[in-house]
Amino acid sequence: MTDVSNKPPSVSQGSFGSQMMRRIQSHWRQIITVIPFFWLLFFFLAPFFIVAKISLAELAIASPPFTKLVEWTDSGIVTIRLVFDNFVYIWEDSLYFDTYVNSLKISVTSTILCLLFGYPIAYAIVRSGPVAKPLLLFAIILPFWTSFLLRVYSWMGLLADQGTINNLLIALGIIDEPIRMLYTEFAVYIGIVYTYMPFMILPLYATMEKLDNSLNEAAADLGSRPTNTFFRITLPLTMPGIIAGSLLVFIPATGEYVIPDLLGGGNVQMIGRVLFNEFSRNSDWPVAAAVAIVLLFILVLPIMVFQYFQGKASEER
Amino acid sequence: MTVSSPSGAAPWLDQNEQQPLVQIKGVTKKYGEVTAVDNVDLDIYQGELFCLLGGSGCGKSTLLRMLAGFEDLNSGSITIDGVDMANVPAYERPTNMMFQSYALFPHMTVEKNVAFGLEQDEVPKFDIADRVHDILKLVELEDFKKRKPKQLSGGQRQRVALARALVKRPKLLLLDEPLAALDKKLRKQTQFELANIQEKVGVTFIVVTHDQEEAMTLSSRMAVMDAGRFQQIGTPTEIYEFPESRFVADFIGSANIFEGRVTEDGADHVRVQTEFCEVYIDHGHSVKVGSKIWVALRPEKIRITKSEEAVTGPNQVSAVIDDIGYLGETSIYKVALPNGDIFDVTRPNQTRPTHAMQQITWEDKVSISWDSSSAMLLNK
Repeated sequence: MTDVSNKPPSVSQGSFGSQMMRRIQSHWRQIITVIPFFWLLFFFLAPFFIVAKISLAELAIASPPFTKLVEWTDSGIVTIRLVFDNFVYIWEDSLYFDTYVNSLKISVTSTILCLLFGYPIAYAIVRSGPVAKPLLLFAIILPFWTSFLLRVYSWMGLLADQGTINNLLIALGIIDEPIRMLYTEFAVYIGIVYTYMPFMILPLYATMEKLDNSLNEAAADLGSRPTNTFFRITLPLTMPGIIAGSLLVFIPATGEYVIPDLLGGGNVQMIGRVLFNEFSRNSDWPVAAAVAIVLLFILVLPIMVFQYFQGKASEER
Repeated sequence: MTVSSPSGAAPWLDQNEQQPLVQIKGVTKKYGEVTAVDNVDLDIYQGELFCLLGGSGCGKSTLLRMLAGFEDLNSGSITIDGVDMANVPAYERPTNMMFQSYALFPHMTVEKNVAFGLEQDEVPKFDIADRVHDILKLVELEDFKKRKPKQLSGGQRQRVALARALVKRPKLLLLDEPLAALDKKLRKQTQFELANIQEKVGVTFIVVTHDQEEAMTLSSRMAVMDAGRFQQIGTPTEIYEFPESRFVADFIGSANIFEGRVTEDGADHVRVQTEFCEVYIDHGHSVKVGSKIWVALRPEKIRITKSEEAVTGPNQVSAVIDDIGYLGETSIYKVALPNGDIFDVTRPNQTRPTHAMQQITWEDKVSISWDSSSAMLLNK
């Protein structure tokens, strides 16, 4: 009895809540690292396996419209049916192959265009004065305040045969007939470059902002002309930003659906549209899932390259 | 010191012997309303190690950056080796700079960093390799040539920066606070190394520093700068022993400065009456009898003697020990004069204090005195 009474009151009470807090505090590091794991598990890995499962099934008249992967027969035997027909079909039908190639062509070209326009823009923002800089950065982010769909529709209004640009050029007497812009690949490029430009500029800005101007001065001091300094100092040191920005443009642009659908019409085939058609119009979930899986692997490759460069860059730093 | 002038070690005294390597004439630089460098004139000669010393914002770095070609002048001219630099861009100047931040290229190895400048001049490849090797040997970094700057210590990076700036054999090497990023011990050691390297390569150095000890150790001549102007230009000894103004006397080392009035002005001596004693100086000064003047006394040039009795006569005052600071190698005594002024007096601790020894301690009555050559007279 005396022992107990000697203990300080806080310990003898030892409420469940405070014990819980102490346990959380001592394990907070593990708890925090677990969160992204669960996030990836539930929102990436699990959906991926579901899609992968569907891609290995057959189209069936059922709801959902595909055969089951695992079946228990009455006699208690478990059968697993893996059907690779969908992948063979995608490989053999040139429509899919051509569309993948076309998607990659458009996304690679758009990425290069974003880089060519975005790099000088980012550079100019970094070099701008203390008043202009936040305003310019705000202007880059500003389009996100309006709906993406609305902005693409606006481009339809601008690019149409009877649209703003054609009307203006005709009124000025520069052209007699409207130039066909909407429903061409040109319109798709405009849409993608316009939409994804901020994703190129912001990472570029972030890496350029960290560059020490005395490096440029040191290069000049050692006899290097401005163009040479750009290629030997600035460009290599902004490479992490170039890679990050390029991936942020390239990956979503490859799978883009809305822009080719609205601005390209039926004339520009991109894999996102094919996927959507298979899924909703043909209701062929297994083929749609296979198209998605193949796309994923096409995109995983550049991500791995990116990770490699990131790892190398952080080693040097 | 390597000096090409046959007449000796002080080309700045030899007016007609040699054309200055660097001529700065009436140079002014303004940033908006602020005048960073204010109508400055300076000649620097081949082989000098010249220090620009001053507090932050005094214009010393701006002047250095104008020499390198990173800043335009508002007025005046800079001539290097007889060529006016007005329309010469930084990448064509015969100068190289060692940056305060070192500005090493982080994506290049030590070797590549050092070779960069030579590549710009299209020096043949084998020649580049040789010169890089030699300069890395000079700064003792041959074993580190394959490393990236991030894999080096602060002292090693500093030496890479020096090697990179020296390898092009510039006519003029500009060093912006070359030792500021090093810790104290390394800094002291590097000061001497830097001076030795300068001696070996014979390149003219202009060093910007805020550290007076660094300036004193390194320089053949130095300029004390304040508010965009030179307060005094001279050898370290001249500046320390013969300061021309209260600013310089106080900025370089420390000084006890007090007012007085000139009572006698002879060819070989000056007498000044102050509040607490007469100051006698055993050499002539260009001063007017009756004019107000300042007297400066270096703390290490004052002697303290224990004395209960009041002293009178020139160059000595009775005082009381107010405070003592023990610094190890020396001690600082704060002594209170009859008029309330407090003087700093330093004494080397040449013997280990023991209890038996009679020591000067708090509240002791003492007398302080100095040699008749010690007091410095300042007009401004």
